[in-house]
Amino acid sequence: MRKKLYVFVAVLLVAAFVLAACGKSTPAPAAKTEAPKKPFRIAVVLPSSINDLAFSQSMYDALVAVQKQMGGKDAMQFVYSDGMYKVDDAAAAIRDYASQGYDLIIAHGSQYGSSLQEIAPDFPNTSFAWGTTVDTFGMPNVFAYEAASEQGGYVNGVMAAKLSKSGVLGVIGPIETGDASRYVQGFIAGAKATNPNIKVNVTWTGSFSDVSAAAEAANTHISAGADVLTGTAQMVVGAIGVAKEKNVLWFGTQADQSSLAPNIVVANQVYHWEVVLTKMIDMIQHGKLGGQSFTINLKNGGEVIEYNPKFNLPPDVKKAAEDAIKGIEDGSIKIELKK
Amino acid sequence: MLAKLLSASVLIGILASGVRLATPYLYAAIGETFGQRSGVLNLGVEGQMLLGAFFAFYVTLVTGSLWLGLLAAAVVGALMGLAMAFVTVNLQAEQGISGIGFYLFGLGLSDLLFQKLVGTVKTIQGFPPIHIPVLSDLPVLGPVLFQHNLLVYVAYALVPLAWFVLNKTTIGLKIRSVGENPQAADSLGISVAAVRYYTIIQGGVLSGIAGAALSIGLLNVFQQNMTSGMGFIAVALVYFGAWRPLGVLGGSLLFSMVNALQLWMQVVGVPIPPDLAVMMPYVLTILVLMVTVSKVRAPSALAKPFEREG
Repeated sequence: MRKKLYVFVAVLLVAAFVLAACGKSTPAPAAKTEAPKKPFRIAVVLPSSINDLAFSQSMYDALVAVQKQMGGKDAMQFVYSDGMYKVDDAAAAIRDYASQGYDLIIAHGSQYGSSLQEIAPDFPNTSFAWGTTVDTFGMPNVFAYEAASEQGGYVNGVMAAKLSKSGVLGVIGPIETGDASRYVQGFIAGAKATNPNIKVNVTWTGSFSDVSAAAEAANTHISAGADVLTGTAQMVVGAIGVAKEKNVLWFGTQADQSSLAPNIVVANQVYHWEVVLTKMIDMIQHGKLGGQSFTINLKNGGEVIEYNPKFNLPPDVKKAAEDAIKGIEDGSIKIELKK
Repeated sequence: MLAKLLSASVLIGILASGVRLATPYLYAAIGETFGQRSGVLNLGVEGQMLLGAFFAFYVTLVTGSLWLGLLAAAVVGALMGLAMAFVTVNLQAEQGISGIGFYLFGLGLSDLLFQKLVGTVKTIQGFPPIHIPVLSDLPVLGPVLFQHNLLVYVAYALVPLAWFVLNKTTIGLKIRSVGENPQAADSLGISVAAVRYYTIIQGGVLSGIAGAALSIGLLNVFQQNMTSGMGFIAVALVYFGAWRPLGVLGGSLLFSMVNALQLWMQVVGVPIPPDLAVMMPYVLTILVLMVTVSKVRAPSALAKPFEREG
């Protein structure tokens, strides 16, 4: 009896792990038979799902765009492992991809840095990239990339301050680091520059993925008088759900979140990593495997403010936003970052 | 700063958030209370919640009916409970380990189904807040107690109901005797297996509804691993509440109030590092557990499989 039951429990556990694994990563599409010219092969490790409407999706969408730009699967192929929120799993995946001989392996998350630092020297002929950061560890085969997210944050802040009737804005941040911290600082700067008396309340949930914490933070901001909200990381879908129900405005970042709540999403700062990817691919094809860091921003087209076409944005607000974009691009608006 | 935190509007805000936030914990922890009072420790609550949350969301998305969504959550919770009951009662498996197995099963399956059936993040129209006439206009009490959605009211109504069933009915007596001394209960002709099947399935139903309270009540979205540990907190709250529905209510409210408090502290700008603020409810739970755990006694047969002698 006892033995039978241990076997049963073991089977159950294995089944659970298999299911968990199925949900997490989608297997690579099988490589086609060798085309005359060898396609450029990219592998990417993503911390959340490819359709998170945020950080991971921004990279996935960029890879799809670059593939199209380069001429389809014969010119470029990519595989991905998403939902790699466990750094150990991600490290294993990175090493796997490296030994399979991919041309470029992207570790899309600053939490993967120390793993990459360990793995990259073992594969000197493979190129690695990680972000968001500027640190290439001084290694010749590591690229770094980051987002000047404070720029789009500033533009969103300008619009938010103009649209707010209560004079209170709410910001829902994950953990005070990386592009999240920069976005929040930019948003505050833009709002204050537009209306020095505006109040910007900021909360941090301590997690990138906790949707219910993000939702409750949104509820709290609304109770505290906020009528315009913004936030960053994949958890914000919880906050958008609340904003939609309570009918307060939302500004997105990282990816286009308009589809979630077309009536209340005003605009989104959308990351276009294509700008960075094409540069890296070009360098690798010319024999340079790393040692450089890249930034996407408004000027180089790596960050784009996408207005929600279904939201009726007053012309003066749109003009203020366009002026802010111009000012940031030509350098007349400078955004101070702390640290 | 502290004065701001003590203003009437902030205090009302904290209380109202706390009352609302306690909802999923109440469902899950009351379900778990029944299970543990009958001697079964179910650590799979989190998995049941996730599946409940997913099915409630998915069925609502497809059919447009919140009631069908809620029913789906209850049914899938019941099925998870049935499986758990089979493993713990018939196979007499180690309850802690099999519970963790069911948690991972629910985590993986809800994620897989979400990816295959829904694909991307979507929102739905969940249960709307119901303002109870007259009462919702009361100062302070109105916004704190009487402006919530239906699932919140039902969760609180469950507390006295659970107390009544456990303490004043025959089935309650059977549950308690099975949890204290299954051999004696068995010799008096009570079917230990039937009682435990009943409590575990009921626990599953309530955990499923706890998930629904999140996905179609409070958040109106589904995302992978959206419960992020709530099911485990619910199990802790059963210990916290000393296996009594009223204690569970107190624990759920305290935990949720402190959570609401830390959010408000950040909003009004109390200078405390956010990382520390977020830890507050968890630290408090551990502290209270440390203080109370020596004073109360768990059901004697908790986590012990029952095998008939002879």
